[in-house]
Amino acid sequence: MKNKVKDLALDGVLRQNPTLKLVLGTCPTLALTTAAMNGVGMGLAVTFVLMCSNVIISSLRNIIPSRVRIPAYILIIATFVTIVRMFLNKFAPTIATAMGPYLPLIVVNCIILGRAEAFASKNPVLDSMFDGIFMGLGFMLAITLMGAFREILGAGAIFGVKLWDFKIEFFTHASGALFTYAIFIALFTYFSGLYSKKSKQKTLQKDKKEVEA
Amino acid sequence: MNYLTIIFTAMLASNFVLVKFLGICPFLGVSKNVKSAFGMGIAVTFVMTITCLITYPIYTMILVPLGVEYLEIIVFIFVIASLVQIIEIIIKKISKPLYNAMGVYLPLITTNCAVLGVAEICIAGDIVVDLLGAVTYGLFGGLGFTLAMIMMSGMREKLDTLSLPKPLEGFPVSMLLACFMAMAFNIFVGISF
Repeated sequence: MKNKVKDLALDGVLRQNPTLKLVLGTCPTLALTTAAMNGVGMGLAVTFVLMCSNVIISSLRNIIPSRVRIPAYILIIATFVTIVRMFLNKFAPTIATAMGPYLPLIVVNCIILGRAEAFASKNPVLDSMFDGIFMGLGFMLAITLMGAFREILGAGAIFGVKLWDFKIEFFTHASGALFTYAIFIALFTYFSGLYSKKSKQKTLQKDKKEVEA
Repeated sequence: MNYLTIIFTAMLASNFVLVKFLGICPFLGVSKNVKSAFGMGIAVTFVMTITCLITYPIYTMILVPLGVEYLEIIVFIFVIASLVQIIEIIIKKISKPLYNAMGVYLPLITTNCAVLGVAEICIAGDIVVDLLGAVTYGLFGGLGFTLAMIMMSGMREKLDTLSLPKPLEGFPVSMLLACFMAMAFNIFVGISF
């Protein structure tokens, strides 16, 4: 069990990172990364919805007929998004306004429907819960990093705290969002390529040694 | 806002794909040839227009008077899903060529952010104030989406012949292309009638 959780964690945050590897849920990633704080807010909201919907869908996986499964999943997800929205409107209205229309759009976020279809509909409840948590955290990590990058370069601040006067306004525009995302995916692909090469060499050397021994 | 401004805003100044980033999944993923990009664009435009026509009155005439605005997400997604299903059935009955051109894209549209997005933006009240405005916004927002799809697919056809550094292949290079297109669309910001 412990190994499985570790595996799911590595998958969600690194190996199958929904934002940088699978490139899912691009709308909020591009639209809300103008500030690091938005990333944290959106990430937490998505993680909560993903965890809850994964648990419910996984526990109903033998009851929902496969022909109507997509509408059923969407209704389950929409319910949790409504809960998150009501909660944010009441306790954190500034975050809710900053997210604007992208908050209800969590319903059609491909990460959530994608995990429901690819994981929760085939796996037991506890595994699905961990999958939801770690996929959500991977998403949160990626968009918070991108948000911080754009906020530092575009506004000279981080988490709303001013650092210096230097700023490049390009990074606050729509084009800056696309540029940042492209650079992040390219770097992620490059480094994961390096890493897998290295680990391959390691196993090769190990095999060699074993053969020699 | 007058209708000319709504048209201009929806199609160019705050283009759904390049400025608002709604419906960016089909924009980056599906569009590899111009013809299918056009089919997808027209199908989305059609659904967006009808969505605005139906969700706007539902919100202003049913949800608000009853005081149950919080149900909006569930109601909207339910309306959109059934609408897409109905449109698919009707098109299949009425016109076979149209179904062949549009049909494959229709099931994908339910989860297209642009459709739920347009319904949410219409009821937010800062651009659209009446039903005709909502329908105009939906129609021209959809046409803006189509425009971006066609431009992108035209460029992606040429991309295959380029040799790129390995990490840039696929998504990153299409995002860089979209980045330059978004810069170009920036010139429309701030024009009003």
